[in-house]
Amino acid sequence: MIQDLIIDGLLVIIIFACLFLFKIGKRNETMTRKQKKNLQRIFVATVILLVVQTIGVRIFAFFGDNRWLRLVVYLVIYYIIGNDIVYKAYKGIRNGQVFDENFLMVVASLGALILAVAENGDYMEAIAVMLFYQVGEWFQSYAVNRSRKNITELMDIRPDHANIEADGQIKQVDPDEVMIGDIIIVRPGEKVPIDGIVIEGHSSLDTAALTGESLPKDVSIDDEIISGCINMTGVLKIKTTRLFGESTVSRILDLVENASNRKARSEDFIAKFARYYTPIVCIAALALAIVPPMISYAFGNDPEVYTWIYRALSFLVASCPCALVISIPLSFFAGIGGASREGILIKGSNFLETLSKTDVVVFDKTGTLTKGVFEVVAIHHNKKAREELLYYAAYAESASGHPISRSIREAYGKQIDTTKVRDIEEISGEGVVATVDGRIVLAGNDKLMKRFAIDYKDCHSIGTIVHIAIDNVYEGHIVIADIEKPNAGKAIAALKDAHITKTVMLTGDKEKVAAKVAHDLKIDEYYSELLPQDKVTKVEYLLAQNKKGKLAFVGDGINDAPVLSRADIGIAMGAMGSDAAIEAADIVLMDDDPLKIAKAIRISKKCLRIVYQNIIFSIFIKIMTLILVALGIANMWLAVFADVGVMILAVLNAIRCLFVNKL
Amino acid sequence: MKKTYEIEVDCANCAGKMEAAAKKTAGVKDAVVNFMTQKMIVEFEDGQNNKEVMKKVLAACKKVESDCEIYL
Repeated sequence: MIQDLIIDGLLVIIIFACLFLFKIGKRNETMTRKQKKNLQRIFVATVILLVVQTIGVRIFAFFGDNRWLRLVVYLVIYYIIGNDIVYKAYKGIRNGQVFDENFLMVVASLGALILAVAENGDYMEAIAVMLFYQVGEWFQSYAVNRSRKNITELMDIRPDHANIEADGQIKQVDPDEVMIGDIIIVRPGEKVPIDGIVIEGHSSLDTAALTGESLPKDVSIDDEIISGCINMTGVLKIKTTRLFGESTVSRILDLVENASNRKARSEDFIAKFARYYTPIVCIAALALAIVPPMISYAFGNDPEVYTWIYRALSFLVASCPCALVISIPLSFFAGIGGASREGILIKGSNFLETLSKTDVVVFDKTGTLTKGVFEVVAIHHNKKAREELLYYAAYAESASGHPISRSIREAYGKQIDTTKVRDIEEISGEGVVATVDGRIVLAGNDKLMKRFAIDYKDCHSIGTIVHIAIDNVYEGHIVIADIEKPNAGKAIAALKDAHITKTVMLTGDKEKVAAKVAHDLKIDEYYSELLPQDKVTKVEYLLAQNKKGKLAFVGDGINDAPVLSRADIGIAMGAMGSDAAIEAADIVLMDDDPLKIAKAIRISKKCLRIVYQNIIFSIFIKIMTLILVALGIANMWLAVFADVGVMILAVLNAIRCLFVNKL
Repeated sequence: MKKTYEIEVDCANCAGKMEAAAKKTAGVKDAVVNFMTQKMIVEFEDGQNNKEVMKKVLAACKKVESDCEIYL
């Protein structure tokens, strides 16, 4: 009786779930036509089944409890819910592929049906096996489809058309049809569909979707332009240099979409497990149906053939490995998708797995922990005001293309009126001499000061010092340094929180600078004054030291490609435009916030935790069910539950991988 | 020579079976089925006619999983 109540309850739940899903299905395009059809089928079958379950007894009693009438009614329901499975099983047998799950379900449910006919028992069980199997299948396909869609939407940078000019007219075409060297036109507000070179017009580009950089980039004639950027202000004519399929935008999408092609070791494990599991269970089921009755018979007892066949059938129901097989790749896919929403591109499930085992993180300093651009960090002035000193420095340096001069001009921030400067002379390796507003300005290092015999003050700050003298009077100096990224310190702390045991910094910079950065950011070890090839050697040394865990190397991807590929995991930062970095790295951070490294590690740990939960949970439940079924403690109901229930729970658990924004 | 094909397959285990069948087909060096993105990536052996090989791959896949489709 309790079992009947549970069954009715479940049917009601399925009906409500169907109604709810109908509503969702109507609201937006979240279901395929096949799914909608199957949902309707499940709904109809469940309603009929519920009616037959609850008031059927009285109706059948009215017709004199005719067992064949009852059979016909249940067969109709069976047909509604299971016709495609029966058909697939039939096709499978014809193709010589016997042991698939369709076949198992048909054998189990038809077997139960025949047993029920023979015993004039309950047909419900046979139908329910099919119904729950269908519910499980539907749920699986819906969940997978939804997460696929979600993930693709996240990466909504695919342009849907390109405008080409032909015979003086502008025509919209599929970006795939554009050849190398064709001229395309990009209007304001449109995405650049294909990589190319600007041949007419100038504009600002929004590159946020590619680089995470919110400042627009200005382009004009002869500038290279990468696809995926949004054109903001002017019309651009672009001569394409690549096919659509090889353009940046396609490559990024490919990278994310195909990430799950590289299978993780836990995925391989499950695939192998499933390969042995299904045949073993089938043989065991056969043995269960034959051996115990024969033994009983041999000892002169009642062989109880029906009971054992029933148990064997239940065994088959529990044998479908799909729950197990689906949840693992789904977890990885969801994890990769969730990460990509956070601007972290992971190139394969295997890398996600390796990342979760990382315990040493090695950084390249420049461009990773520091901004990689020079900035004025301090102005130590004498008698003149700070702004005045900066004014003279900026004007003196106005003609120079040196990064240091540029940083001074940037700090000054105002337009430079070139008529105020004359007689600019650059002394290589020392500085500049110029006449600004009729006064002679010297701006440069200590060598320049010595050359003009000016008494200068040394500075305790670390960085590049630009001394300023006006009319041979020392007026102070400007300190310029490659400054630490605002989040660098937090990023190192976050890594420690994520159980990274050691952080290491490698740099080509001077010992003094390296020591200061390492100290400021609380980095465990640092190695300074390294040439690019020394970095590879250092990483190899660290790899040899750290045999147990994995080592991740973080670089900006500009000249550390060899190191990126040598480490267990190579992480490239803010390098969406750099092909070499995308090629060499296993994980690409779209923007250059170092906090993302810890985030990527936390995502990978969460994802792998869920994968292991699912593996252990599903295998445990399956084995328990098989044992209980064989002992006759659990019936076919529990077997169905073990199959569908575990699948639903595992899939729901797997989808948790997608929610990583709070990590 | 690697090529990617769109496929349609309903369950993850079936995708695994397709992958195994494709790998065994003559002329195929390696094959990967990505259930999540519904794609099959086939690496052909040198000097093979892709189209001919893919016909065989499709037949082999249909044999192990009747409900699958490869869009050639």
